[in-house]
Amino acid sequence: MLSLVDPSLATAEDERRLIAALRAGDDAAYETLVRTYAPRLFPVARRIVASDAEANDAVQDAFISAFKSIDRFSEESSLRTWLHRITVNAALMLLRSRRRRPEQRSIDELLPRFEANGHRVDTGGGWSTAAVEGLEREEKRRLLTRLLDELPDDSRTVLVLRDIEERGTAETAEVLGITPGAVKTRLHRARQALRTLLERELSE
Amino acid sequence: MSEHVTCKELVDFLDDYLEDRLEPPVRRRFEEHLDACPPCRVYLDGYRDTVRLTRSLCDDTDAGPPAAMPETLIRAILDSRRRS
Repeated sequence: MLSLVDPSLATAEDERRLIAALRAGDDAAYETLVRTYAPRLFPVARRIVASDAEANDAVQDAFISAFKSIDRFSEESSLRTWLHRITVNAALMLLRSRRRRPEQRSIDELLPRFEANGHRVDTGGGWSTAAVEGLEREEKRRLLTRLLDELPDDSRTVLVLRDIEERGTAETAEVLGITPGAVKTRLHRARQALRTLLERELSE
Repeated sequence: MSEHVTCKELVDFLDDYLEDRLEPPVRRRFEEHLDACPPCRVYLDGYRDTVRLTRSLCDDTDAGPPAAMPETLIRAILDSRRRS
């Protein structure tokens, strides 16, 4: 049976056995699936929705969707990849179904400002590369999740899909129902806003 | 775009510059601006670091210690299957 500790150590044969057991309706296999993957899918959902409670809801929705479609699961991809994708979709669906958070700031205040002649208003600052490289992976994940929460939903989702999920521009446009041009513009503005937030966090 | 790239133009087209989507003459004007404008160099470095940092988290489903999931949530997920 698939390892409960680390799914990356599971062999293809372990995974085939697990899938067969899931398709046979084996309760223990479902418990293995949920206990193995739910904790790992939580951060994936949490980057898209803006609270732990909503991320829990998205993970639950994702598993309900996965349970219904396990018979249609194509073994061309791994269970991990399949569940990851379902979780992203579930989180996006949840985000769309919830009312826009009223307290969201405008992204404009996080973008650089310029004089009429195109020169910078503020010369801005940076941070040392060592400040980023010195962070442990988990620290980076926590920092980024916290800063992503500060972006408006439409900026955060584009950034997550393009730069973290590595979806292409066309696919991101289709998933979000906007044009490829809008994806490019939003992504660039979102990266600039995140840069500002990182600068405030990391500059000495 | 003007003959001399301004700070605003540089920022507006920064992703095109980094993805190497600019025509060579435009790219040269960008580089001339960067040579002469230390704040834009700092801005570019920070933008590049930002993209690198987010991309470094592109596949952390298996990475690091998994989040602690409430037992009530695990049970709720499993119960939802039994109910369906």
